[in-house]
Amino acid sequence: MALNWYRFSSPATFYPLAGRLVPLFGWGAAVLAAVGLWLGFVVAPTDFQQGEVYRIIFIHVPSAWMSMFLYVVMAFWGALLLGFNTRLSGMMAQAIAPTGALMTFIALWSGALWGRPTWGTYWAWDARMTSELILLFLYFGIIALRQAIGDPRRADRACAVLALVGVVNIPIIYFSVKWWNTLHQGASVKLTGSSMETTMLAGMLVMSFAFWFYAIAVVLARVRTIVLERERGAAWVAELPEARSA
Amino acid sequence: MSGMALRSPAPAAFEAAAGRTADGALAGLRWAAARDLRLALRSRAELGVQLLFYVIVVALFPLSMTPERNLLATMGPGVLWVAALLASLLSLPRLFATDHADGTLEQIALSPYPLEALVAGKVLAHWLTTGLPVALLAPLLALQYYLDAGSVAVLVAGLLLGTPILSLLGAVGAALTLGLRGGGGSLLALLILPLYVPVLIFGAGAVDAARAGLGATANLSLLGAGLALALVGTPFAAAAAVRIALD
Repeated sequence: MALNWYRFSSPATFYPLAGRLVPLFGWGAAVLAAVGLWLGFVVAPTDFQQGEVYRIIFIHVPSAWMSMFLYVVMAFWGALLLGFNTRLSGMMAQAIAPTGALMTFIALWSGALWGRPTWGTYWAWDARMTSELILLFLYFGIIALRQAIGDPRRADRACAVLALVGVVNIPIIYFSVKWWNTLHQGASVKLTGSSMETTMLAGMLVMSFAFWFYAIAVVLARVRTIVLERERGAAWVAELPEARSA
Repeated sequence: MSGMALRSPAPAAFEAAAGRTADGALAGLRWAAARDLRLALRSRAELGVQLLFYVIVVALFPLSMTPERNLLATMGPGVLWVAALLASLLSLPRLFATDHADGTLEQIALSPYPLEALVAGKVLAHWLTTGLPVALLAPLLALQYYLDAGSVAVLVAGLLLGTPILSLLGAVGAALTLGLRGGGGSLLALLILPLYVPVLIFGAGAVDAARAGLGATANLSLLGAGLALALVGTPFAAAAAVRIALD
């Protein structure tokens, strides 16, 4: 049976659906994080080069992956908004931005803490660190642009344009910085084979799913509040049980 | 795009004469460029002040350190490029903001010419009055940084390729921040400067590579590729942003 996606593009139908999904993904994130941290801190062996300090990888890499992934997802919703003019797309993009910025910040912060014992410095002008920093600025730019625009519909569309321009730029920024200077260790996880111990890899992947589920849960919870805020005048909001009891 | 619906309907004959043909787009571009150029040249003092800003920023750096010959020659290309970025950023509000403030932009958007072409024309005028003078002034300032003739040639070539990208990307940011609280000044910087990073890296990198004897071709080619990409994409993004601002 084909799922009717258009049905859920209306905030009124999406709101209860998101409400059902939030605990699902929230608990999923908690369980995955517990398993991932157990794998990472108990099962995975000590690294023969870096010792115990490498274990920050279980936070660092998932957050770095999510920071980039979330930007692409945000741009995707922006493209949907500009293409189909669906209100919900703009709200989704709005809800993703803070979580994306948070992930970027965690990636930078954990990277600094990891860099100090292994490279002897908190910060290096290395390609991936620098492009991650620029990604943080891009997130801040989108959040600031939304703050500056009063009308939410205009803010949605302006942020969508900016996100799309940014998403074209991200690979260019990445490669420009990469060719400019590089010090970061080569990517340990490649699509063809990996240079990591299996348990380490498993821990990292489970943690990535934990971060992913967390992001979905938080974004859906946030989008619910955005829906309520923007649709507060609508009849269906007034008929919600939580609105009646308040 | 929802743009078609937003554009005002024009009489059919007028549409055919000026509208969505290649000739129409070119005519629109030429008209917008000529108009903005004429306006810019009427306030030459403003253009002069912007160039002076560039000169002053470049002159500040040696004052903040020991003006040692080697150090300055190493830093020079980067400093000149950063100053070019800032000069471009500072002049961006001129692109749309004054037209937006007095309602002209709305009338421009109502014309049957494609808005993308009109925006491209305005960007062309912006580059001719900011990017081009900056590139032409660079050799003079490069002397203060003891750059040799070969490096200066690469620097100017890079600026000629890179400053149009700054104007094109900047147009998107300028249109997005039209009429916002705070006038867009520092917000515009936050939106646009991260996007300027590749231009800065390739532009300054070209001079560094030339000085290191590696040849500047790779960096200059990348700047050229960036310019081609920006030429194709940004007028559409900027026009979309203008429509959003006028909505």
